[in-house]
Amino acid sequence: MARKISMKQAINEALDLEMRRDPAVIVMGEDIVGGAGSPGEEDAWGGVLGVTKGLHAKYPGRLLDTPLSESAYIGAAIGAAACGMRPVAELMFLDFMGVCFDQILNQAAKFKYMFGGKAKTPVVIRAMVGAGFRAAAQHSQMLTPVFTHVPGLKVVCPSNAYDAKGLLIQAIRDDDPVIFCEHKNLYGHEADVPEEAYAIPFGEAAVVREGKDVTIVSYGLTVHRALEAAERLAKERIEAEVIDLRTLSPIDWDTVLESVETTGRLVVVDEANPRCSIATDVSAHVVQEAFGALKAAPQMVTAPHTPVPFSPVLEDLYIPTADAITAAVSKIAPRAMAA
Amino acid sequence: MSTNPFPLDKADLMKAYRTMRTIREFEERLHVEFAKGDIPGFVHLYAGEEACATGIMMHLTDVDRIASTHRGHGHCIAKGVDVHEMMAEIYGKATGACRGKGGSMHIADLAKGMMGANGILGAGAPLVCGAGLAAKFRGDGGVGITFFGDGASNQGMVLESMNLAAVWNLPVIFVVENNGYAESTSVDYATAVDSYVDRASGFGLPGVTVDGTDFFAVYEAAGEMIRRAREGGGPALLECKMVRFFGHFEGDAQTYKAKGENDYNREHRDCLKIFAARVREAGVVTADEFAAIDREVGALIEDAVASAKAAPLPSARDLTTDVYVAY
Ligand SMILES: Cc1ncc(C[n+]2csc(CCOP(=O)(O)OP(=O)(O)O)c2C)c(N)n1
Ligand SMILES: [Mg+2]
Repeated sequence: MARKISMKQAINEALDLEMRRDPAVIVMGEDIVGGAGSPGEEDAWGGVLGVTKGLHAKYPGRLLDTPLSESAYIGAAIGAAACGMRPVAELMFLDFMGVCFDQILNQAAKFKYMFGGKAKTPVVIRAMVGAGFRAAAQHSQMLTPVFTHVPGLKVVCPSNAYDAKGLLIQAIRDDDPVIFCEHKNLYGHEADVPEEAYAIPFGEAAVVREGKDVTIVSYGLTVHRALEAAERLAKERIEAEVIDLRTLSPIDWDTVLESVETTGRLVVVDEANPRCSIATDVSAHVVQEAFGALKAAPQMVTAPHTPVPFSPVLEDLYIPTADAITAAVSKIAPRAMAA
Repeated sequence: MSTNPFPLDKADLMKAYRTMRTIREFEERLHVEFAKGDIPGFVHLYAGEEACATGIMMHLTDVDRIASTHRGHGHCIAKGVDVHEMMAEIYGKATGACRGKGGSMHIADLAKGMMGANGILGAGAPLVCGAGLAAKFRGDGGVGITFFGDGASNQGMVLESMNLAAVWNLPVIFVVENNGYAESTSVDYATAVDSYVDRASGFGLPGVTVDGTDFFAVYEAAGEMIRRAREGGGPALLECKMVRFFGHFEGDAQTYKAKGENDYNREHRDCLKIFAARVREAGVVTADEFAAIDREVGALIEDAVASAKAAPLPSARDLTTDVYVAY
């Protein structure tokens, strides 16, 4: 039975179901229970934004609050994964990767290959990504391309509650390390979500709107901006196909290429900074593999090449807008098309 | 006129009080303004902890550098950052200390030796080792002070920095602001040693624990460490045990605290009240003189809020300035 729940609830539910199913699943992070050793209530926080709230009561002892020592506990999650557990570690903000990156980059990502295929590291690192929260330069970044650059890591970034649940379940069952990126401005976003467990396979993009004139590829929050742009373009009789990548490593090239074969036009929307981004990656791949099908140069709509500014007036200009996406489409979709 | 039993003269006692009162008023006012929904983002208030920043900063000048935390307003004010510029920054205005680009968690004023509030726990510790190193090369007797909470004390960066400072004999003071909580988690849960002094000695540093609600205790312990560091005696650690009056950030329901804890702290562990009572009872500063400072500070904060609200917003072109690629 499906009912409308938020992405926050969907993530909580995925953790709940997988903890019930598999005793090897443990969850750790800062204040994910909350109130440890404090005189007031236990389970006071359930994570900084309440995503893990209530799980402690259901699975006593399997949610571990950590000291503020990311290198140690992210590393411990990775080590435990290499020893048969399935830990889900919450890094709170992905920006904090800076203090624990070795354990991800040189350890988790490399074990399987470096040890000749003998190791598996079924760890999930959940963290918030993205701007729009007025949280400034060190709590707002979209660092997905940093992780897609590293072989051995899987990188996921859902745009809605349904995908978040299915992708997190897949991430927990997956035998490779997964960086699970949760856009903080999507936690409240609601969708129809089945009550039971279901896994969405990695490397399968979703065509969230069909269209024949231009392909817009995105992931995370900006999928919604792309859909908004597509609505507007439809009024000018430009039919945009919108593809939600859902997982960035592995990435579903087939769906992207097939779409571009039909439309001949590509716009990639990425909240990350522009250099060496998901936007450049998708554009380059399409140019190499489907050059003949392209009727115009691919366009990239990204954040500017700057840190995330604090002031709301600046931050609102930072995230790619539906306006910017519409403008990029207009640039390559000749007005004649609308005639 | 009674004799002054304190290690500061009357003018400095009044200065210390003014600084602490300014921090308190600033934070209490932000609490009110935040609840109105006028202030964007995360705001972490320093109310209750004023004696720590002030007792230390009374020993410093602009050649001395500090690295602050996410709970940085008190450090900024005590280090001499302009209150109007701070308030405008928190409102995201073009006239702010960082032109609206940083916000509460990133207020900085390098000319004042204030190397930034910081959104990354423990990140100030290595930076201040650099400040201490630079001071050594300059030979100006400058010191570096890094503040971090009981929670952040468990960051690898902090521990590495203590060792580095000891190995290089840097003029650096590590200040643990132990307010008992990291977000909702108790220090008793998250830190295995009972005393940060024990931890310091593990790194070869002298350490002292003081009651951080007692301005004079902080002032004297910090003074001794800073003098020693200036003279080439090397790093040290100061643990200040204190209380935070508000939540971790504004909007925190604080259900992890004991019932009545905030009221108790405001009644019995208010560093500002404790300071004023002692100084008044010794007959060094009168109640009227304190009241005059309160009025002056009240007007200052009122004006800072009014002018922050009226200040211009950054313009679209500010988005892409101050970074090496401009488009
Ligand atoms: C590296 C890093 N990890 C986690 C956080 C999230 N965080 C911000 S403040 C805080 C608690 C800090 O506690 P403490 O160091 O005791 O300082 P206090 O807030 O009590 O002043 C946490 C976990 C962060 N900002 N940076
Ligand atoms: Mg603390």
